[in-house]
Amino acid sequence: MAEAAESPGDPGTASPRPLMRDLKAVGKKFMHVLYPRRSNTLLRDWDLWGPLILCVTLALMLQKGSVDNEKDGGPQFAEVFVIVWFGAVTITLNSKLLGGNISFFQSLCVLGYCILPLTVAMLICRLVLLAEAGPVNFMVRLFVVIVMFAWSVVASTAFLADSQPPNRKVLAVYPVFLFYFIISWMILTFTPE
Amino acid sequence: MENMDDTSGSSFEDMGELHQRLREEEVDADAAAAEEEDGEFLGMKGFKGQLSRQVADQMWQAGKRQASRAFSLYANIDILRPYFDVEPAQVRSRLLESMIPIKMVNFPQKIAGELYGPLMLVFTLVAILLHGMKTSDTIIREGTLMGTAIGTCFGYWLGVSSFIYFLAYLCNAQITMLQMLALLGYGLFGHCIVLFITYNIHLHALFYLFWLLVGGLSTLRMVAVLVSRTVGPTQRLLLCGTLAALHMLFLLYLHFAYHKVVEGILDTLEGPNIPPIQRVPRDIPAVVPAARLPATVLNATAKAVAVTLQSH
Repeated sequence: MAEAAESPGDPGTASPRPLMRDLKAVGKKFMHVLYPRRSNTLLRDWDLWGPLILCVTLALMLQKGSVDNEKDGGPQFAEVFVIVWFGAVTITLNSKLLGGNISFFQSLCVLGYCILPLTVAMLICRLVLLAEAGPVNFMVRLFVVIVMFAWSVVASTAFLADSQPPNRKVLAVYPVFLFYFIISWMILTFTPE
Repeated sequence: MENMDDTSGSSFEDMGELHQRLREEEVDADAAAAEEEDGEFLGMKGFKGQLSRQVADQMWQAGKRQASRAFSLYANIDILRPYFDVEPAQVRSRLLESMIPIKMVNFPQKIAGELYGPLMLVFTLVAILLHGMKTSDTIIREGTLMGTAIGTCFGYWLGVSSFIYFLAYLCNAQITMLQMLALLGYGLFGHCIVLFITYNIHLHALFYLFWLLVGGLSTLRMVAVLVSRTVGPTQRLLLCGTLAALHMLFLLYLHFAYHKVVEGILDTLEGPNIPPIQRVPRDIPAVVPAARLPATVLNATAKAVAVTLQSH
């Protein structure tokens, strides 16, 4: 507020600073997901901007152009959105009920950020689908999706496992595995026109 | 957001009351401080306003207290916490036991009342169904497929559990709703195995073999547990026959009819209006309006019936 009063003719002084700070925080968390180590960054300063950006990007890329075609192979935007967010809520409730000491929004934050590798897989799949369709095409996409799926699961485990009692980690990780499996399935079976 | 307290020693009603009392004390202290300041400042003129404000405040507080008490009682997920208190070894052993029928039916067999295993099995079944759609090359909108898969699996688990619980109530069987949910949930383990194998190896003979063996074993296990908890031959027959029939038929349904139903749903949504249950060829001829049907009839069943009549 002080900066805006000092320089009234300059409209962009006060607002870009928090925006840049938020964007930098989101970018830092993306880096933490791509190179997962046991750290508290995602948990300490949780935010839901990153998951929102990733979910919207994924849902838009899984959208098909024409709606009136019978062989419509892409899910609607709302379906992807609902599945991602309700899946994350279910996993969070499950991990809380198992006795985890992580808060609701921290868990949503971690699960949302760990969709990043699968979003990258979606981008790669779309690029690969521009080439000629065939078994090689499918094998490449299958390999990419499997690698990114494993990356997502490992990344989310690195953040979530510490919040669970030590003997129940498997019980908390299994639904995460299923959740990313379903998203990977949606990505792998996507066929554009 | 603060972490939830560990309420494992006390009932949830007590914790709700405790939280409520602490919050009320804080709010009362704040309100009293605010009122004192107002009274001193405004003197006599502010007295009437203060009175009406106090009444309004009290009504607001009473309403808020009731609402948050109700909320803290029913929206508290700690209600479900005891049902998720399991170890991985326990889940593993219960999964294996769900395939082993026990012959001892003279005294009631123990059923573990937990919800983690059954819930995870239902989600696994959803995932396997979706995977099956891919391997059977049905190119359909995945979103609708997802809704159908989730609806089918959860509908079966919750619906059939409720129905069998109702029958058990009629037959005087000693089983609670939670135990029924757990029993049927673990019974889905056999379904998961059979569907996972037969979606990858498409042989009808293999499916029938697994249906009898694996499906049969998990059904026998559930039947044995129910028989041990029911008295009287008629009651046992009714309860166990119903459960066995529903469980085995559900597996058949998932393997054979599921694809057709989903394709039928999507045809009903967009293209020629064929109801999902009827097995009509896809390229049906258009219904001629002069064929004794009013042209305004848009009902899918009527159209399909008209087509069938026309073809005869």
